[in-house]
Amino acid sequence: MREPSRIRNKLKREEVYHQLKHTKSKSKLKERMKRKREESDNPELREERLAKNIPQTLETLREADETIVENDEEVFADEETDELASYFVQGVQPKILVTTSKRPSASVYEFANEFVTIFPDAEFVKRGSQFDVKRIVEIAKEREYTDLLIINEDRKEPNAVTHIHLPNGPTAYYKLTSIRLNKDIRGHGRPDAYKPELILNNFNTRLGHTVGRMLASLFPHVPEFTGRQVATFHNQRDFIFFRRHRYIFRDGERCDIQELGPRFTLKLQWLQKGTFDTKYGEYEWVHKPELDTSRRKFHL
Amino acid sequence: MQVDELIWKTIAFNFCSYKVKTPTQNFCRNEYNVTGLCSRQACPLANSRYATVKEENGVLYLYVKTIERAHTPSKMWEKIKLSKNYVKALEQIDNELLYWPEFTIHKCKQRMTKITQYLIRMRRLRLKTTPKLVGVKKKIERREARREAKAEAAARLEMSIEKELLDRLRKGVYGTDGIVNESQDAFKKALDEIEDMHEQDADEVEDEVEDEEEDLDREFVSDISDDEDEIGDLEDGAEGLESDDEDGDEDDSEDAESDDDNMELPSDEDSDEDSDADSDDSSPKKPQSRKRKGPARAAPPKKQQRKRGAHVEVEYEHEHEQARTANQSTSW
Repeated sequence: MREPSRIRNKLKREEVYHQLKHTKSKSKLKERMKRKREESDNPELREERLAKNIPQTLETLREADETIVENDEEVFADEETDELASYFVQGVQPKILVTTSKRPSASVYEFANEFVTIFPDAEFVKRGSQFDVKRIVEIAKEREYTDLLIINEDRKEPNAVTHIHLPNGPTAYYKLTSIRLNKDIRGHGRPDAYKPELILNNFNTRLGHTVGRMLASLFPHVPEFTGRQVATFHNQRDFIFFRRHRYIFRDGERCDIQELGPRFTLKLQWLQKGTFDTKYGEYEWVHKPELDTSRRKFHL
Repeated sequence: MQVDELIWKTIAFNFCSYKVKTPTQNFCRNEYNVTGLCSRQACPLANSRYATVKEENGVLYLYVKTIERAHTPSKMWEKIKLSKNYVKALEQIDNELLYWPEFTIHKCKQRMTKITQYLIRMRRLRLKTTPKLVGVKKKIERREARREAKAEAAARLEMSIEKELLDRLRKGVYGTDGIVNESQDAFKKALDEIEDMHEQDADEVEDEVEDEEEDLDREFVSDISDDEDEIGDLEDGAEGLESDDEDGDEDDSEDAESDDDNMELPSDEDSDEDSDADSDDSSPKKPQSRKRKGPARAAPPKKQQRKRGAHVEVEYEHEHEQARTANQSTSW
């Protein structure tokens, strides 16, 4: 038979082409069913096939990063004396101040309301337009806050979060995207006031460690398991996904979860030593366009 | 030759390139103009005696016109630096413009005040922090949105969270107190107990029912099966309510759904007829409905579900009295 693309009659060409496609998919299905039958008789075949057939992903192809932390004594020693040690070593309870940029819009308040509920020790304070960030930092230090979170907005939508650990930094600035409030999530549950557990996934590099520790320091040390709530910061390809769930175990084998919301995604833009100072502050890491040249290079 | 009157006539009645005409007033664009208005007194071109104040890089200067040097325009203005001190600067103007017309002195001082004020405001604003404006990079935003979506898919968040939680469970993070119902045994045991209780209740109610309805057809009562799971029955019943109803008379059900309370009585009558017909046939549907009746009475909390399908129970005349009273009490 001629190749379908060489048939000059359009109707005929289509017909032949569709027939070809149909037979192809049919044979494929047949093969798959056959394989399934064989494998159900002989499970070893399936294991063998799965072991051999591992797809390549960006994670497996990730460019080697020499700062990846694996039981590195030096890093642990560093971390015991850094600015976050007050939380991890001395066990200081977090006390968080959440506020917005100047003259915020309604949608930012809406987000902030839910954002505050994530952290059991957080309180929201309206931003007076006469207060600069540096002034707020001073005030928050006086009142013994351990963290300051500022929600920034652009075109009336929240677009960034500045996280300032007090009293001595560090400061991180995240881009904020894909916000979905509780009410927008299908089948969502109602969050309650129990202290949640925390899951931090994939914060592997030295930078990732710092970011993960900063995020961890926002939550109380001892969760209340009665609440069965879990907050997750999952890092995948430098995007930090936040989710909150309530869980239940079935027979100790299965775990069912229900999302509580809100959900959002953070992406680190810069990390600064010390408290917020964009002019004279020392930047530990800044995201620049030239860092994006390779798709397989990740920093967290 | 400088003839002020001639120059002014030309400017006023013919053309001046510095003049800006508006419906109410004419303005002057000449940088030496002390007021900014186009008038005989304030015109820097048509006055041989003229003085003004100007600011260069935050420093104030008094400019005094020397008409004798009119032939060299670049050297026509005498520039006198004014003190940074406001009061001293005022004195300086007074001294420099000794015996000058009061208008010029006054306007120069006014202009100096205005410039000093805006310089102060400028310095203060510069100390304040201002938001830094950053350009929106559409292309990068689009790219990151795409990558984010792919990363989210690759993360398989729910799976990884579930896995992590199970890991923690196995590590014994949650302790052995069973805060989380890790083993289902205790739960099952509790369920069984409840079940037993329900069954006992149901038996009692059945007895009553039998007493009450001795004159009714026995066929229905006898179908209650003790061995069946009581709770399962409850659920079945709840589902059955609706499904049965659809089978029975669809028109009726639709009406009743539209407004439950109003349609209650008419639907009663309709269904009475239906059920009469049914009882004549003694259709196989009937026993099922009887089965539903037992537990519904045995478990009062389930009444909520019955209320939802208010039009349903009326199909069975045995329940009339109780069902209707229950409905009325709840529906008002």
